[in-house]
Amino acid sequence: MNILVLIKLVPDLVEELTIDAGGTTLDMTWLRLIINELDDHAIEEAILLKERGEASVTIVAPDVEGVDDVLFTAAAKGADRLIKLTGNFTEQVNNHALARAFTSIIKDLNPDLVLTGVQAHDDLDGSVGPLVAGYMGMPYVGYVSRISLSSETATVHKEYPGGVIAVMEVKLPTVMGIQAAEQPPRYVAVSKVRQAMKTATIEERTVDELDLSGGVTVSRMFQPEISERATMIEGDEEQVSARLIEIFREAGVL
Amino acid sequence: MTTATASPNPSYSETIFASLFEVDEGKRIQTCLQCGTCSGVCPFGYLMAFPPHRMIAALRADMYEKIPASDSVWMCVSCYACTQVCPAKIPITQGLMTRTKEETLLAGNIPTELQSALENSQRYGNPLGESPRKRADWASGLEPQVTLMAKEKRPVDILWFVGDYPSYHPRVQIATRSLAKVLNALGVDFGILGPEENSDGDSQRLAGERGLFEMLAEKNGKVFRKYQFNEILTSDPHAYNAFKNEYPTLGISYPVHHYTQFLVERLDQLKPLLKQEVNVKATYHDPCYLGRANGIYDEPRALLEAIPGVELVEMSHNHSYSLCCGGGGGGMWLDGFQWEKSHVRLSEWRVREAVATGADTLVVACPYETPRFEDAAKMVQGAGQLHVKDIVELLADSLGD
Repeated sequence: MNILVLIKLVPDLVEELTIDAGGTTLDMTWLRLIINELDDHAIEEAILLKERGEASVTIVAPDVEGVDDVLFTAAAKGADRLIKLTGNFTEQVNNHALARAFTSIIKDLNPDLVLTGVQAHDDLDGSVGPLVAGYMGMPYVGYVSRISLSSETATVHKEYPGGVIAVMEVKLPTVMGIQAAEQPPRYVAVSKVRQAMKTATIEERTVDELDLSGGVTVSRMFQPEISERATMIEGDEEQVSARLIEIFREAGVL
Repeated sequence: MTTATASPNPSYSETIFASLFEVDEGKRIQTCLQCGTCSGVCPFGYLMAFPPHRMIAALRADMYEKIPASDSVWMCVSCYACTQVCPAKIPITQGLMTRTKEETLLAGNIPTELQSALENSQRYGNPLGESPRKRADWASGLEPQVTLMAKEKRPVDILWFVGDYPSYHPRVQIATRSLAKVLNALGVDFGILGPEENSDGDSQRLAGERGLFEMLAEKNGKVFRKYQFNEILTSDPHAYNAFKNEYPTLGISYPVHHYTQFLVERLDQLKPLLKQEVNVKATYHDPCYLGRANGIYDEPRALLEAIPGVELVEMSHNHSYSLCCGGGGGGMWLDGFQWEKSHVRLSEWRVREAVATGADTLVVACPYETPRFEDAAKMVQGAGQLHVKDIVELLADSLGD
């Protein structure tokens, strides 16, 4: 069983977001990137499947700052193969382009199962999973929280809003969007990550051109604007009630 | 029975046993009498499947593999109580308990809340998961301005290693600003590292993450080397312990003082400045990493006695018999886990003792303690009026405006 996990890095919200001077994108100067949380769950689910049976896990990620650490951490958790897509990923690449980039190498890798996080907080043009499934001509199931594999099919738990869970069978090969792994992503000791840095290798695959078509164009990006302010009325009871009456009169309700 | 002689195919127990010899005085573990005093004095020993003496018995019986599979060791708060009372002087906390946490962590048996503190330390350099860029925010608006080493690029006398909780925790920041006030009153030439400072890593080490500790120490060591200063000052006994006892083994060696030592050395200069009466009946809690781990008992008391108006009374457990606040060795990040197991909080035990003295103020000297004891005071009957203050807060009060 050949399991492929597609991951991406997203802005780490521990730093406050600021808008770039151009007004259509985030200012990346101070932003650090972190693995998309649900992609981390996809890695965990893949490792769990590997531990349960015969499977090889390959992680694929676009080359952005910090990606090597993320890949080596995955290796320390048990991933067998690490692939970095090199190209112009430093610019804000939309999910259509990213999905096409993933698709360009998926074909060679011949996976039985492709996992990715069901969504990311920087998805502006749909999530990566369904796009990849579309380009690959594979079935897609999203919001998956449990997987069991047989040789030709996967049985999955799919979460619906309102706490309803469906169990369904999907033919392999297939793409799945992971909502939650069966257990929280595991901790790997720093010593194990450092070990992986010495032993694991990251393969590089070049993506010559990124095709951004199909994405959205942002005309303006801005912080939520404060529309109304509450006014605190200061003073003792008499003063507060006098001011309240005044306000009601001004508003024409008294 | 496990012996120190190397066999060609050592068992897991044998490997662990031999590794414990690497700790200072580690070979003493061979002299364990199985008296059980360690497990008796351990605040959580009564509910551990493997309290310290049983761990040693398991090692000798070649059954150590049972221990990382249990979650016993996550009840250990690395408080040094066992080490303090051991008649064979075995370094139980530094050796056996810490090593066992490492093994348990490597076995993947780690409580989620501890995991997130460790992940935060890895990624952000602090267990709270705060932005490294905001590490000096506590100092904004202070007059005179606190010297940021990266900004002013000049040698200073004292490098103040502020630490995680003193930098970020809103309650502890009050003590941090108080220390700045006291240092300024004394005319101390000091600077801080701000965003360049990383967690000292000592509690992460004692929670079994040796690799993370080394990573953080390397980062701090690199920053220390960038600047010129004569000594390190810290308000955090855990950082103090790291710099004094652990960093030198990694080749990072600087003179270090806890602020209580530092201020006692300058008491002649400080005392005339303490003009305001601070009328409190105080009882002092010895932090594990000042007291038992590093033998600093007199300096904090000397400072308290120098403040006009302070009356000092002792709790029944004091000096080397002090009770742990529950925050050490990863305990700071295991509150939920330990509560589930024990349905008690060590901090509440301590607050009950403080109330019993009739004191109105529980005085501390460790950044873990103000928030822990203030929370505990909300839960303990009769503790509603108990104030929790860091010594340096009382000093700052006594300086006046």
